[in-house]
Amino acid sequence: MKLGIDVGGTNTDAVLLDGRTVISSAKSPTTADVIGGILASVQLATEGQDLSKVDAVLIGTTHFINAITQVRELTPVAVIRLTTPPQTLIPMVDWPGQTREALGNHTFVCHGGSQFDGSPLNPLDESGLKEIAARIGELGVEHIALSSVFSPVTPESEEQAAAVIREVLPHADISSSADIGRIGLLERENATILNACLRPLAKDVIDGFERVLSSLGISAPIFLSQNDGTMMGLAFARQFPIFTIASGPTNSMRGAAFLSGIEDGLVIDVGGTTSDIGMLHNGFPRESTIALSLGGVRSNFRMPDVLSLAIGGGTLVEDDGRRVGPTSVGYRLGSEALVFGGRTLTLTDIAVAAGVADIGDASAVAHLPKSTVQSALNNVRERLGAAVDRAKLSASDSPVIVVGGGSALLDELPGVSRLIRPDRAEVANAVGAAFAQVGGEVDRIFTLNGRTREQVLEEAYGQAFRRAVEAGADRDTIRAVDTEDVPLSHLPDGQALRVRVKVVGEMAQRSLQQEGALR
Amino acid sequence: MRYIDEAALSDITVGSTILGSGGGGDPYVGKLLAREVIRKHGPVTLVDLDEVPDDAVVAFVAGIGAPGVLVEKLPREQDSVLALRELERHLGVTITHAAPAEAGGLNAVVPFAVASAKVPVVDADGMGRAFPATEMVTPTLHGALATPMALVDEHGNVVILKTPTNEWAERIARAVTVASGCHMVCAAYVMTGVQAKAWLVRGALSLAEKLGKELRTARAEHRSPVDAIVEAQNGVLLFEGKVTAVERRTDGGWTVGEAQLEGSGSFTDREMLLHFQNENLAAIRDGEVVATTPDLIMALSAESGEPIPAEEMRYGYRVAIIGMPCDEQWRTEAGLKLSGPRRFGYDMDFKPVEGEKAAACAQ
Repeated sequence: MKLGIDVGGTNTDAVLLDGRTVISSAKSPTTADVIGGILASVQLATEGQDLSKVDAVLIGTTHFINAITQVRELTPVAVIRLTTPPQTLIPMVDWPGQTREALGNHTFVCHGGSQFDGSPLNPLDESGLKEIAARIGELGVEHIALSSVFSPVTPESEEQAAAVIREVLPHADISSSADIGRIGLLERENATILNACLRPLAKDVIDGFERVLSSLGISAPIFLSQNDGTMMGLAFARQFPIFTIASGPTNSMRGAAFLSGIEDGLVIDVGGTTSDIGMLHNGFPRESTIALSLGGVRSNFRMPDVLSLAIGGGTLVEDDGRRVGPTSVGYRLGSEALVFGGRTLTLTDIAVAAGVADIGDASAVAHLPKSTVQSALNNVRERLGAAVDRAKLSASDSPVIVVGGGSALLDELPGVSRLIRPDRAEVANAVGAAFAQVGGEVDRIFTLNGRTREQVLEEAYGQAFRRAVEAGADRDTIRAVDTEDVPLSHLPDGQALRVRVKVVGEMAQRSLQQEGALR
Repeated sequence: MRYIDEAALSDITVGSTILGSGGGGDPYVGKLLAREVIRKHGPVTLVDLDEVPDDAVVAFVAGIGAPGVLVEKLPREQDSVLALRELERHLGVTITHAAPAEAGGLNAVVPFAVASAKVPVVDADGMGRAFPATEMVTPTLHGALATPMALVDEHGNVVILKTPTNEWAERIARAVTVASGCHMVCAAYVMTGVQAKAWLVRGALSLAEKLGKELRTARAEHRSPVDAIVEAQNGVLLFEGKVTAVERRTDGGWTVGEAQLEGSGSFTDREMLLHFQNENLAAIRDGEVVATTPDLIMALSAESGEPIPAEEMRYGYRVAIIGMPCDEQWRTEAGLKLSGPRRFGYDMDFKPVEGEKAAACAQ
C-alpha cells in the first residue's frame, strides 16, 4: 500500500492506495506546525488499516513556497558568485526588497568561473575568497549560496571554492548552483539562494514528517514530490528543499488524470482561495512559457501553465450573491464560514445551502434566500466557464475534470458537455503525490568535437538515464519525456550544442527498500 | 530630447523583444543592465535623430556573440564604456552619441550602458529589427565601413579591427569573439551626424517603447494584446494556432529550423510553416509564402501577447504569427540583397507583408 499526503495552505489531505485503487481518503485543516494536520488526516484515512503494510509514503507540500511568498522562517544567507569582478548585475539584483532584506543582503563576487566549453574563465582567487569567508564568519552567517559562471558545464570552480571556504568556515552550510539549476546564471543563483535560506526550515519540517509518521507506526520510506512530478528521498529533500516549490499544481493535475483516467483535457482545481485551470497532455500538465516567479524572485524552474481565478471554498460572497471574491477567508474557513459557526458568508456556505456539499452545520445556512445562492453559483459557473473557453487549445469539446476541496461547487459549466468530477476529486493532490515518478535530467552545453548531433544526444540521454536509475527509477519503465537541443548561435559551425534531456520512470521496488535501509 | 526612466525602459525592452522577430537574445539581462545604469546615474538621455548636430560623431555600441553565453557571463556597464573609449583613442576623436545597432532584442538597450559616461543615446538604429550579422545594418547599404571597430571583453582584452569590407569585419570579429569566450562588446560604424540622419532607421527605440506600452495597456484594459500590436504598427495577423512540431539544426553557426503550426479560430483547418535562423525569416501558409525577411515576422503568445523567441518555440504553444513592414531601406535592391530571403539561402522572393493585409481585407 502507498500513502499519499498533500500538505496545502488550507487543508492537509491523505489517501491510502492499494496498487491503483484508492482505499480511503481524508481531509483535515493544515496546522501551523504542519504535523497536527498530517496526524489528523492520516489517522482518519487509515482507520482500521494495517499500517505495517504501507510500503511508501509520498508527500507533496506547498510549505516551502508559502514560506518564500510570505517571507517567513527564512534564514540569512551570504551569496558568493565566481565570475569576473566587478559586476554590474550583482547577486539578488532583481529581488523584492523585503525578501532581500530578510536574507541579510550579503553579496560577494570573486574571480573564478568557467567558459561555455568548461575551460577556466578566471583562475579561482583563493586569497580573495578566504577574505570573503572570514567576513561572512564575522557577520555570523552560517548558510552560503555559491554560484559560478557556467557551473552546469563544469562544477569544478564551485567545488574548489567550497573547499577553500570550509578551510575558513568548517561548519558552513553551502548550497552550490551546479546542483540546482540550469544555464542562466541569475535564475540558477536565485534558486540556490532560496534553497540555502530554506534549509533550516526544511530540516525542521522533514524531521516533523518523520516523527509524526513514526508515531503512527509507519516505518515505510518517505518521499517528497518535486516540481516536475517526480519524487525525491528525504536525505535529498533536506539538501534541496527548493525542488518542492512548484509541486502543488503538478500533483493536482496528475491526480486528476489518474482519478478520471483521462490523459488529455482540462483540469479545474477548486481550492480554498483560488481555482486553477490547466491543460493535461498525455497525462502530464502543459508547462508555462514564462519564467516562474517565486514570491517575486525569478527562477528558471518550469511549472504547469495554470490560469488562476480568485474563486475557492473560502471566497467571500457579498451583495446578495452578486459579488463573489476576490477576498477569501483562506485557512480560517474552519472558523469563519457560517456552516462552521462563523459570521462570514463564503462559497462553502453557498455549496451547502445549494445541497451540492454536505459539510458543517447545514442549519446555519437554511436562512439564505434561494436567489442569493443561485446568483452566487451562476456567477462562479459563468466565470469558470469563460476561463475554460479561453484555456482550451481548440474549439473542440475537451473533457473538463474538476478536482479539489471546492469541486462540489461545479456540477455544471456553461459550454462544457463533458464535465467529470471523479470519485475522490477532493483529494486529487494527495493522489497525484502518491503517483510521483522518478526522474533524471541533463541540461548542459556539449562541444561536438567531431561528433554528430545524434551521438551527443545519445550521450546526454545516457547521463539522464543513469541519474534516474541512481534516483531509484525502474530501468524498464524509463522513457524520455523531454528532449531539446539548441545549437549555440552566433558561433562557428557545429561547435557547441545546449542539450536538455529529461527522463522519468516508475519507482523501483528495490529503491524503496534501499531508501528504507538508509533511514 | 527626452529622458528614459525605469518605466519607459520596461516598455522599451518588451517592445524590442517584439522587434527582435524571434531573435536578438533574451532582453532580460539587457533590461537589468540598463536599469542598474539608470538607478546609479539617473535617467538616460535619448535624443531624436533630428536633434543630432551635423558634426556629431555617432557610433554603434553592441554586444557580439552568443546570447546563450550572455545569460552566464552577465553584461557589465564598464565594458561598453571601454569599447567606446578604446575606439575614441584609436581614432583621436570624441564620440558624442551612441546608437543601438539593432532595435530588436537586448542590443536595443546595450548603448544605455554608456550613458554612465554621459554619452547620450540616439533614438535610431541600423536595422529597425534584429539581424544576426554585424554587416547587416543600413549604413552598409550606403557604403559605410564597419571598421575601425573596437572589441573588448571582461578580461581587459582590446582588439582594434580594420578591414576592407564589412563582410571581413563580421568574419574576423566573430573569430575574435569565439577566442574570448563567445561574448564581447564592440563599438563600430563611426559616422557623422549628417550621415546618421541619412542612414539610420528613425525612432527605433520610440517604436519599441510604443509597442511595449500597447501590450501593457491592452492587457490592463482586457483587450486582445495581439490585436493591439497588429494595429500599433501597420501589422498583419498572419496566423493563429498551435505549434505541432519544431525542428532545429546547426548550419554555418546559426540555429536553423522550422516550426509547424496548426490553425485555430479563424485559421481552423489551415497550417503554417515558419522558417527561422535565429530570427523568423519566412512564413508559409497553406503552401503559399505570406511574409519574408526583411519584413518582421513575430510569434506572440496567443493569450498574453508575450513575444516568443525562436529558440523558445516549443510543441504545444498557442501563438499568433504577425507580420510588420520593415524599414523602406531594406526594400531597395541593395537592401534585399543584404537581407532578403535569398541572403539566408531560401529560394523565394521577398513579398511585402502589406499585400497580405490587402488580401485579408478583400476576402
